[in-house]
Amino acid sequence: MDSLWFTYYLPLIWALLIGTAIVLYVLLDGFDLGMGILFPHTKDEGERDQMMNSVAPFWDGNETWLILGGGGLWVAFPKAYAVIMPGVYLPIIFMLLSLVFRGVAFEFRFVSKPDHRKWDVAFAAGSTLAAFFQGVVLGAVVYQLPVENGAFAGGPLAWLHPFSIMCGIGMVAGYALLGCGWLMMRTEGPLARKAQGWALPLLGVLLAFIAAVSIWTPLVIPRIADRWFSLPQFYYLLAVPVLTALVAFSAYRGIRANRGAQTFFSTVGLFLLCFLGLAVSVFPYLVPASVTIWEAAAAPESQLFVLLGTIPLLPIILIYTGFIYWTFRGRLKPGEGYH
Amino acid sequence: MELDPILLSRLQFAFTVSFHIIFPSFTIGLAAWITTLEGIWLATGNDRFHLIARFWTKVFAVSFAMGVVSGIVMSYEFGTNWSRYSEVVGNVVAPLIGYEVLTAFFLEATFLGLMLFGWNKVPPWLHFLACLAVAVGTTLSAFWILSANSWMQMPAGHEVRNGIAFPVDWLKIIFNPTFPTRLGHMVVAAYITTAFVVFAVGARWLLQDKVVEEARIMIRMGLGLLIVLVPLQGFLGDASGLNTLEHQPVKVAAMEAHWGGPDDTKGPIPWVVFAWPNEAQERNDFQIAIPYVGSLILTHTLDGTIKGLKEFPPQDRPPVAIPFFTFRIMIAMWGIMMLTILTGAVLWLRGRLFQRGLFLRIASYLWPLGFIAVLAGWYTTEVGRQPWVATGLLRTEDAMSPVTGHAVLTSLLLFILVYGIVFTAGGYYISRLLKIGPVPEGDGSDDATALRPLSAAQDAGRKAIQAGE
Ligand code: HDD
Ligand code: HEM
Ligand code: HEM
Repeated sequence: MDSLWFTYYLPLIWALLIGTAIVLYVLLDGFDLGMGILFPHTKDEGERDQMMNSVAPFWDGNETWLILGGGGLWVAFPKAYAVIMPGVYLPIIFMLLSLVFRGVAFEFRFVSKPDHRKWDVAFAAGSTLAAFFQGVVLGAVVYQLPVENGAFAGGPLAWLHPFSIMCGIGMVAGYALLGCGWLMMRTEGPLARKAQGWALPLLGVLLAFIAAVSIWTPLVIPRIADRWFSLPQFYYLLAVPVLTALVAFSAYRGIRANRGAQTFFSTVGLFLLCFLGLAVSVFPYLVPASVTIWEAAAAPESQLFVLLGTIPLLPIILIYTGFIYWTFRGRLKPGEGYH
Repeated sequence: MELDPILLSRLQFAFTVSFHIIFPSFTIGLAAWITTLEGIWLATGNDRFHLIARFWTKVFAVSFAMGVVSGIVMSYEFGTNWSRYSEVVGNVVAPLIGYEVLTAFFLEATFLGLMLFGWNKVPPWLHFLACLAVAVGTTLSAFWILSANSWMQMPAGHEVRNGIAFPVDWLKIIFNPTFPTRLGHMVVAAYITTAFVVFAVGARWLLQDKVVEEARIMIRMGLGLLIVLVPLQGFLGDASGLNTLEHQPVKVAAMEAHWGGPDDTKGPIPWVVFAWPNEAQERNDFQIAIPYVGSLILTHTLDGTIKGLKEFPPQDRPPVAIPFFTFRIMIAMWGIMMLTILTGAVLWLRGRLFQRGLFLRIASYLWPLGFIAVLAGWYTTEVGRQPWVATGLLRTEDAMSPVTGHAVLTSLLLFILVYGIVFTAGGYYISRLLKIGPVPEGDGSDDATALRPLSAAQDAGRKAIQAGE
């Protein structure tokens, strides 16, 4: 198990897989968390039902990607998992508790009708805070956690700084925009029009956030400035901001022309490009500046053992997930639900 | 103030996992039962089975949601609170959890959507398959997580290099020595737990003259299953005990509060019915014991003996009182279960099972038996494993993350607060659903108007309101 293949490429494959799981999580759970973020913006009971119903059959499957992201990190890179999780202890706990509230709200809200106000609040606050703390975790990790001797060496608030807070806000805006695209695409009636109205300012916030991160990180972290601005890679990497601008324009057009799918998938594109940018910035680190992909890697035997199962299982999961989305396809009219 | 992060983390883990296990114990059995009901409905066309299945799907939806959210917490706690554990045994335990996610969690979580919302979207046979997928998912989940837990009880198939465990033989790791008996004992425990709920609710509805035919079906199915499974659980429990005696003798000594010791005379050991284990003086206070029975149970002979606690160095002994008492609570639950099914079986044979009398009245209160036994069993298993997280490999005190006591105290208090609110509400909604019961279709009040926002559990909520509750 000492060949280059096992010690060099296997960890790379796993880094790619976990990246994919996280991206899928953000895209899939993003729009249903977005539903909760947008929830307080309509007071109309029917529209709230419509929002809930449009994601109710999917949210649990979507959230499973979060378990795969966390679990996968542990499987493939136990050392990174063991540094990051204590490093972002409180935001992870806050995120989990927020997910508790919003997860149960799906069922509780309906069983408790008409006395369900509190679960409306739980759903909205839980979704918003979960999104916020996911952004905070991401920001804290990118901004570098204090590490000594391969273990986290900071205090309980090491994650708390303006950059991580900003990432939290960016995440909320991004998820909300995904939610708007989803509503424009999947619902009919006044709600879809409202979503169109919400989308434009959200796109503004998201783009401002992307710009801020792109300027902030190279300014503060020389390693990232080197990565982006040294020649010749500067020329290849130029593609990332250029594409981002194009996709952002497409999102803008989508919103303007009330094309739900275009809005949704352009937002997806923005997320993908952000992740690409992030990957460029932090590679080859998993815990930036202290633990690389290869240092964090599990025993090759362990990585291989799970990879062999993942190769057939992942496509099967994607197929039946697709099947469920296909079953519940079509636009949801006001007052309509699945039964 | 000095806060001990290890103690707080242990409390937090015990608290969160105790809440979590309540839901799997119920949903594993419920998913299988709903699938069975729907299968019978498809095969016989008897609409009563359909009605029962639909009703219990609502209860299932609420329980499953709580199981999922409390489970996600568990999967992250390995990293947040036990990062040294994650590193030391990650190569071996993490892949088992990884397979749990890939084979079980995706299956159950994805098909759940179809199970809850697909009744009118897909043909019945496909809906049946969705239920089956959820049921298979929950069982696979038990398979992997129990394999991981059993490996921690008795690690096998690995080697230790530089203090880190490396896999050597995956089959030996997955099918580690204490796994098969534990899996059997736990899955049967989940079925028993569900069956007692179904049986008790059936008894309650019958007593209230509510959906009487359906209540009878539930009583018959619940009790019938219990008559088979409760005695079987006695055998599986016995096998578990013998297995533990072989691999974790000190745990058994603690469960039995058997101090023994090298200088003790060898010979038959009694079974301690009650005692107050006194760890400081290494003896039991207020002991009431039956001679020979300990030997009979543990060695299946009249004069066999087992190692006592004194034969292990104090730093390798678990706390005694908790495993001792929780083990007895589990056995007591089993005793009550046996009494119930024996009485039930006799009444059934005499054709008096459905008589509205004392038996059904008592039965209607017996729904918590399984839950209590499951929790007690897990406390025996887990506290009895101390002071190790992974027996012989890693001590609990060395498994901790570098986090401060204040951080853990904050999270523990938040968990208590949030779980207190959320799971109390959930319990209340479930009990309200059960109080209302299924409403037969076509009685006018449950018209299937498609143009109405519906969730799995909404109808019943509406009924509750109409009933003025
Ligand atoms: C005997 C069975 C059993 C045991 C011992 C555990 N679980 Fe569990 N878990 C289940 C059986 C289960 C289950 C039946 O699969 C779920 C699905 C819904 C439910 O109520 O329980 C569940 C849900 C569930 C989920 C959400 C999965 C989803 O979205 O479907 C996670 C992440 C975990 N669990 C993780 C854990 C961890 C880390 C445990 C150990 C400390 C643990 N569970 C103990
Ligand atoms: C689901 C039922 C379970 C219950 C009720 C349960 C209960 C407990 C309790 C009471 C403790 C604290 C023991 C002590 O510190 O004295 C504990 C600790 C722990 N358990 Fe479990 N457990 C369960 C399942 C599992 C499973 C399936 C795993 C792993 C796959 C697991 C892993 C752990 C770990 C890592 C600790 C913390 C370290 C320790 O205190 O030993 N548990 N559990
Ligand atoms: C005569 C009856 C029973 C006996 C002799 C028995 C025996 C045992 C033993 C020895 C253990 C500890 C295993 C270990 O730590 O290695 C255990 C654990 C457990 N028991 Fe029981 N048990 C009985 C009845 C029950 C019943 C009725 C239930 C629930 C319905 C139950 C649920 C559990 C659970 C959930 C565990 C923890 C998981 C495990 O370690 O298997 N038991 N039991």
